[in-house]
Amino acid sequence: MESENARYGDYMQRDRSVHPPALTPQYKTSVLRSPAKPLIALQSSLSEITGPVFASAEIGPRDNDLIMNYAKDGLPIGERIVVHGYVLDQHGHGVPHALVEVWQANAGGRYRHRKDNYIAPIDPNFGGCGRTLTDRDGHYVYRTIKPGPYPWRNGINDWRPAHIHYSISGTAWAQRLVTQMYFEGDPLIALCPIVHTIPDEESIRSLIAPLDKGAAIQLDSLAYRFDIVVRGARATWFESATPQDAPMERE
Amino acid sequence: MVNELRYLTESASQTAGPYVHIGLAPNAAGFDIFEKHFGNVLAGPDTKGERIRIEGRVIDGAGTPLRDALIELWQANAAGKYNHPADRQNKAVDPSFRGFGRACSDFQSGVFAFETIKPGAVMGRNGMPMAPHVNLWIVARGINVGLSTRMYFSDEQEANAADPVLNLIEWEERRKTLIGVREQHAGKVVYRFDIHLQGPEETVFFDV
Repeated sequence: MESENARYGDYMQRDRSVHPPALTPQYKTSVLRSPAKPLIALQSSLSEITGPVFASAEIGPRDNDLIMNYAKDGLPIGERIVVHGYVLDQHGHGVPHALVEVWQANAGGRYRHRKDNYIAPIDPNFGGCGRTLTDRDGHYVYRTIKPGPYPWRNGINDWRPAHIHYSISGTAWAQRLVTQMYFEGDPLIALCPIVHTIPDEESIRSLIAPLDKGAAIQLDSLAYRFDIVVRGARATWFESATPQDAPMERE
Repeated sequence: MVNELRYLTESASQTAGPYVHIGLAPNAAGFDIFEKHFGNVLAGPDTKGERIRIEGRVIDGAGTPLRDALIELWQANAAGKYNHPADRQNKAVDPSFRGFGRACSDFQSGVFAFETIKPGAVMGRNGMPMAPHVNLWIVARGINVGLSTRMYFSDEQEANAADPVLNLIEWEERRKTLIGVREQHAGKVVYRFDIHLQGPEETVFFDV
């Protein structure tokens, strides 16, 4: 599926200073799961500038409606919200046909997952996962219930702020990203060891979705706005002059 | 003052957490919500190429297999062509093969597996062919930024020796961490590939 809006080419180097380092001892699980050796930097090859292409036929009509996609005999409990925004690349261009997948706890802070044994009950009418493809401009939208905060075993009194997990599959394998969206005004954001694996305050702020009252559905649902930036491709203006001219890989 | 450069900053990564399965592989987590799934079987009945299984574990710094990892795989088809418009090699796409799969570590054993076909060689940079390989991406609780690596094939010694990416790795000993070992089990070809997050056998991960 060749899209007129899609852009291909080498990807700009990932700025690791805006991401968490692998080892973040305040988030204890990272200690034994963090590679200790440096990453080997690769110039983009076809393996990185390509990636899976997803078709709208693979996404069901209710996949982006978490209020309805698991409703059995009623509606899920909680604040009804719409979340929308753009998947952009670093040039500010919308990324078309990006697969946006989301998962979250219910209004009480409980996941529908066999490993979650928090005391708050499962909501029989709420699954907690959804997905959608961005449109040709990179826009996405889904409807859900605002998730609740919950305690987790790290420190004995650590709590996750309300959050929605995001997975973004863009145009290329090199753009693959997972992150989490937080909600404006939540006092737990400042106290969360996982949020603070990110060293850069500005990067933390960009994961906090503002209330977007303009996009609220009147008398029905509030709205939050969350834009996500994935890596940008460098335009291919010039090819290398000779086929063997770039073996700068070794120091 | 000069012209202002207006590049946007990439959104920061956050761990996929312990419940990644309900988001990315609800079916594998025993959760029936979507009609269509992105699973670990990449090859269909009409897919061209040698049928293989890739099987392994993701192992932490204490030697314990992760039982909550999610692994994605992206690969070329048997002819060495990616099913993507940016691949302009003069080779045919296999309409029965996308080349993308997702697998979860087993909740008990920690073993993950993909049922796929062996890819062909893809042209690398500067006209240097890359040895056949699959691209892997690993997320889990405790992994703050998804980890990218590649698996090459033990029966491709000659191509591996000339591979421009393997040759980037200064420590020859570490190149072995990227080689899946070919075995036969009940007539099926299995490549065994354990991913070590830490320790003396730490897998090579790439900044792609």
